[in-house]
Amino acid sequence: MADRNFSATRIPGFATIAVAAFVVLYLPIFTLVIYAFNAGQSIAVWEGISFHWFAKAWANEAVKSATLRSLIIAVSASAIATSVATMAALGTTRRPAFRGQTFIYVMINQPLMVPEIVTAVALLIFFGVIKQATGYQGLGYLILAHTAFCIPFAYLPIRARLEGMDLSLETAAADLYASDWQTFRFVTLPLLFPGIIAGAMLAFVISLDDVVITEFVKAGGQDTLPTYMLGQMRRAITPEVNAISTGLLALTVVLLTAFFLLTRKKG
Amino acid sequence: MTEYAIEARNAVKAFGQGDVAVRALDDVSIQIRKGEFFTLLGPSGCGKTTLLRLIAGFETPTSGQILLDGQDITALPPNRRPVNTVFQSYALFPHLTVAQNVAFGLQMLGRPRAEVDRTVERMLALVKLEPMAGRKTSQLSGGQQQRVALARALAPTPKVLLLDEPLSALDLKLRKEMQVELKRLQTETGITFVFVTHDQEEALTMSDRIGVMSAGKLQQVGAPREIYTTPVNRFVASFIGETNFLPAVLGATGAVLGSGDVLALSTGGKTGPATLAVRPEQVRLVPAGEPGSLPATITGWVYFGTDTHVHLALRDGTEVVARLQSGATGDSALTKGEAVGLRFTDGALQILGD
Repeated sequence: MADRNFSATRIPGFATIAVAAFVVLYLPIFTLVIYAFNAGQSIAVWEGISFHWFAKAWANEAVKSATLRSLIIAVSASAIATSVATMAALGTTRRPAFRGQTFIYVMINQPLMVPEIVTAVALLIFFGVIKQATGYQGLGYLILAHTAFCIPFAYLPIRARLEGMDLSLETAAADLYASDWQTFRFVTLPLLFPGIIAGAMLAFVISLDDVVITEFVKAGGQDTLPTYMLGQMRRAITPEVNAISTGLLALTVVLLTAFFLLTRKKG
Repeated sequence: MTEYAIEARNAVKAFGQGDVAVRALDDVSIQIRKGEFFTLLGPSGCGKTTLLRLIAGFETPTSGQILLDGQDITALPPNRRPVNTVFQSYALFPHLTVAQNVAFGLQMLGRPRAEVDRTVERMLALVKLEPMAGRKTSQLSGGQQQRVALARALAPTPKVLLLDEPLSALDLKLRKEMQVELKRLQTETGITFVFVTHDQEEALTMSDRIGVMSAGKLQQVGAPREIYTTPVNRFVASFIGETNFLPAVLGATGAVLGSGDVLALSTGGKTGPATLAVRPEQVRLVPAGEPGSLPATITGWVYFGTDTHVHLALRDGTEVVARLQSGATGDSALTKGEAVGLRFTDGALQILGD
């Protein structure tokens, strides 16, 4: 007897399309990783296995400083964005619906909707004015810009987690003599933790990956890893770029795996 | 010191504003004695849970006062009231173990660790869950979770324990067990229990006193037997147990029923239209035409094993149900359409105000 439930897996050609989709998704990345180990100068002609390009990238001072800068920005921006997003999520879910709530959602998620290039130009002009007025030239601008576009990525998983949380748990904590702060510290926060970690990791990866806004906002000598790689592309392309990309990929995979294991245990 | 653990004085709780405001609690005053098992009984939406939440401090009254041990606690937040709650959904902390759940209240009160450990051990023994101390609450059955919720609420030795329909999620057998268990815990700890339920049987079997609520108002407060045998109005009579209602006009020496039959009855000086109430087990069948009996016709019956509910009609069609115990005379020889006589046990008829 046929199962009455609809299942996409029984549509003719499902397997073929699925395999094709996976090939399109992963073949380029696979090729990139393979050529990172190329012994030759080309990113298209295979000349044998070597770790030469990894060593070269590792020894490259420009790569090192760009990596460090990327990490500083990503860690700071994701930490600030996650804290702000946590407060925003608490503020928008832990109270009865209020006038203008939808407006607030739109405001928080604005970076998801406004084209990045518009934000980039706007920030370039805005920060230009501030730079003129204060003379400050540091990394703060980049951290601030990254924080802004990271907030919605941190906000969405945290809010989802909060909305799924049983409100009576907080009532129970208050009933058991916990002050508002203790309720937050011992009940809300631990239960929210997987959401916060998910938000922070998403924000971190988004920040690490950003090119457009960084390219516009950065001052001279403030290259992050992605903008450095973009600069390299304009000159001779060597598998060094592949090696750096592979490093980034590995970092992302490690982060995501860690997150997966962490949340699975909690669940 | 007062003899009351909890007092509500003219408590009103309105939700919404202006024309759409709903009075969930409409001028309720109640006194709950120290050490008693008090049940708030009523259908859903009658205001019983609202009253409980006012006592716990989860809601503030629109007007009126809540007193604990004679002290006005109306303005105190829940975490500063020596009152604990067992929630309908249990609301156990899923990220903590059974023992950590039970310890939570004591830790928030800042009790020394040794005392916390000792109390947790004692509480787990009280609810017979010692082997489960290290488990996560999600690994427990419904009945076990219920007992953790009880232990958690009892651990800080509250002055009053509030229970919000705690048994409604359990199956029948477990519910019966927990009823006995709750009564035992209340006796052993001596703590005042305020228990909310819509289940009249639960209320009758467990309570020292019952407060029956309807439409935001307290209808009657009394011991279970009192509530059952002398309900003050039609709502109480119909909500608790089954009741026959007979419309009648009261005179000096008795009542005239709608069927024209006259019942000799002491009316206590009341006259005019009224409703008489009589429980089915207080209705007896006698041979038709027996002096002093009401003429009626058998319209049908339902067999329940321990007893049989016989449906009868008076001459004007007024329905009356009689409950015959199995083995009693006549319960096995009923005939539809048979003319019989009805008699009521002495003192069984109640005159109800509406």
